[in-house]
Amino acid sequence: MATAVLVFLWFGITAYAVLAGADFGGGVWDLLAGTTQGGRAMRRRIAASIGPVWEANHVWLIFALVVLWTGFPPVFAAVTSTLYVPLSLVGLGIIVRGSSFALRKAAPQMALKRALSPGFGLASIVTPFFLGTVAGALASGRVPAGIARGDILRSWTGPTSLLGGALAVVGCAYLAAAFLLADARRDDEADVVEAFRRRGLITGAVCAALSVVAIVVLRLDAPRLFNGLTSVGLPLVIASVVASALSLLCLWRRRYALVRGTAALAVVTILWAWAAAQYPQLLVGSATVAQAAAPSATLTALVISLSIGTVFVLPSLAGLLYIVRLPQKAGSQAS
Amino acid sequence: MPVAVPLADVISNNLDAARAQMGVSLGWHIIVASLGVGFPIIILFAEWRALHRKDSDALRLARTWAKTAGVLFAVGAVSGTIISFEMGILWPGLLGTFGSVIGLPFALEGIAFFIEAIFVGIYLYGWDRLSPRMHLLSGVPVAVAGIASAFFIVTANAWMNDPQGFSRVNGKVTSPQPLTAMFNPATGPETLHLLLASLMVTGFVVASVYAFAYLRGRRDRYHRLGFIIAFVFAAVTTPLQIGAGDIAARYVADRQPVKLAALEAQANTQSGAPEHLGGVFINGQLHGAVLIPHALSILAFGNPNATVKGLNSVPPANRPPVNEVHIAFDLMVGIGFGLLALSTWLAWAWRRLRSLPTSRWFFRAAVLAGPAAAIATEAGWVTTEVGRQPWIVYGVLRTDQAISTAPGLFVLFPVLLAVYTVLTVATLLVLRRMGQASRLTVVPATQLAAS
Repeated sequence: MATAVLVFLWFGITAYAVLAGADFGGGVWDLLAGTTQGGRAMRRRIAASIGPVWEANHVWLIFALVVLWTGFPPVFAAVTSTLYVPLSLVGLGIIVRGSSFALRKAAPQMALKRALSPGFGLASIVTPFFLGTVAGALASGRVPAGIARGDILRSWTGPTSLLGGALAVVGCAYLAAAFLLADARRDDEADVVEAFRRRGLITGAVCAALSVVAIVVLRLDAPRLFNGLTSVGLPLVIASVVASALSLLCLWRRRYALVRGTAALAVVTILWAWAAAQYPQLLVGSATVAQAAAPSATLTALVISLSIGTVFVLPSLAGLLYIVRLPQKAGSQAS
Repeated sequence: MPVAVPLADVISNNLDAARAQMGVSLGWHIIVASLGVGFPIIILFAEWRALHRKDSDALRLARTWAKTAGVLFAVGAVSGTIISFEMGILWPGLLGTFGSVIGLPFALEGIAFFIEAIFVGIYLYGWDRLSPRMHLLSGVPVAVAGIASAFFIVTANAWMNDPQGFSRVNGKVTSPQPLTAMFNPATGPETLHLLLASLMVTGFVVASVYAFAYLRGRRDRYHRLGFIIAFVFAAVTTPLQIGAGDIAARYVADRQPVKLAALEAQANTQSGAPEHLGGVFINGQLHGAVLIPHALSILAFGNPNATVKGLNSVPPANRPPVNEVHIAFDLMVGIGFGLLALSTWLAWAWRRLRSLPTSRWFFRAAVLAGPAAAIATEAGWVTTEVGRQPWIVYGVLRTDQAISTAPGLFVLFPVLLAVYTVLTVATLLVLRRMGQASRLTVVPATQLAAS
């Protein structure tokens, strides 16, 4: 039963990484879109693509947190207490980002919109960066079990964390380019497609370079994870490399149909490779799934609730994605 | 050890800072979340009216309110997220120890919130993509999920007041029964009280905007309809809330006698206890209060001579801070009755004149009713949270045992306060500008024909 909860947890984290990751990347591109006039088409594309879905995508994070604290309470306590600095910055980043995006959209005047833009853009970099450092801290085994037992600064500033932060930001940017490009193509925005292709190629190349660095860093800084990734996790690592390469190649050759799917697949497979490599350690060296799992009555209630929830959530999500792609009726106001 | 003193000092600073941080985060969120529960209901009512009566003013109200609700939903979603982090960052001893007991309602809330977020997207972006009837229906899950999320979250808070559904062996929690924990004796009174509070806050806050417009001379049908829908919604809820408050108070008298003693600043155990209105509690005595003989015994236990436990029934270390709780409680109750009086004014005018009261004083009072309802919610929340101190889980876990031992935690509070100040200013500014802009737009005739 603990494994079932873990699968739900990791499913939530994966969904958050892919979907909210693309939304974060949208914020990065919004920041870098240039002047009000020159960046207008791109910014409009970003707002139109992210607007209807970002709140639903954001809920995956809350989902993952509540599943973690219900299913594996001591792990939640250990992670949040030792990593309180980056997690607080993530929390504040989420507030700044979400509110400035929503307020900017609602603000009727350009001056107000412009004042809110940097909050959205900068927080879209800060938030995934610190989430990446948290992932790095966990992957390199710097968070021990117990309350605030790890070093509150050194736990998340090691090589794996810094790499994780950088990869998270660049990865989000690539995902966003791939997602936005597909939306722009559907709506026949040729200039925007071209702009995101260029940006995708650059961030894709940076991602690839960072991944090569990762081989060295993980080997030295997170040897247990490295061993896992090169044994049990290897098929998934290879799948991720292939998907990334394919995504970049399709982007290069303007075969856009596959870019988005392969980019998402690359993220999914690398996250599950990490999970497979680290299993059954939740906190490397100090807590396994069996040690940290809640008693079975809780796990059973949780799995039942989540299963029922999934039956409602997934079709609703599909409905949302379907409806926002419907054409707007003629004669109506733009909302 | 010489180190021991400064260390203890830092930890106690951390405790105060952490409580302040949690207070600001939750105090902010509770208002936005209350609007998130109430707003969809009145928006749906307006849209339903627009559809069935071909009422263009109601449609314009629904669309304007939906835009506002969309902004509030977004800031509510993100201001709720940091609370999930703070549950672990500040109080790892709470969920780290009891997560298996009381995590379930949070997971259920997560699912409800998911549904809410998805349908908010469908509703807000569906205006011009769905048929009017489908659009109205797509708002129903928003309202239902909003109520469900609030219910689930408050069951967790109810459990903190009335913990059950687990046993402890050597301090370790064993045999958790999540459903027993969720449906504890406090669940009924607390969830009812908060849900009604959400409806009241929404109704009075929205009505106060239109009351202000009325005083400024905007008295066309659109503005009057906006006022009436919101105000009537709140006015109908108010007497129900007074009843729910009575149920909650009797619950507290029964299950949390020390909290009741703090609410009423009741120093000593006493039979035939009077009700204390106002006053300041100094050195174990209440000064300057108005007494209503036997009233507390009657209200709490239905018997004029019933014994009410005083603060002296527990050692000083187990008593909550009295003044904060007593003043907050009186403020909440006072505002509640003030709002009841205002609601009665409307009902009276409607019976006699078949219209809104004509007095400008009614509308001046209605302008104040919005902020007052929000203050009453904050006061009620202070009453229950501070009244539970020094316990985070009543009688089981003390707040100072649940706090994180991480150094430097106190730095977070000023940072958070700064961010929230900017957030509040920005939100109010944008909402104000939206209001000004919405007066200049009119729903095109084609839109009305479509509905």
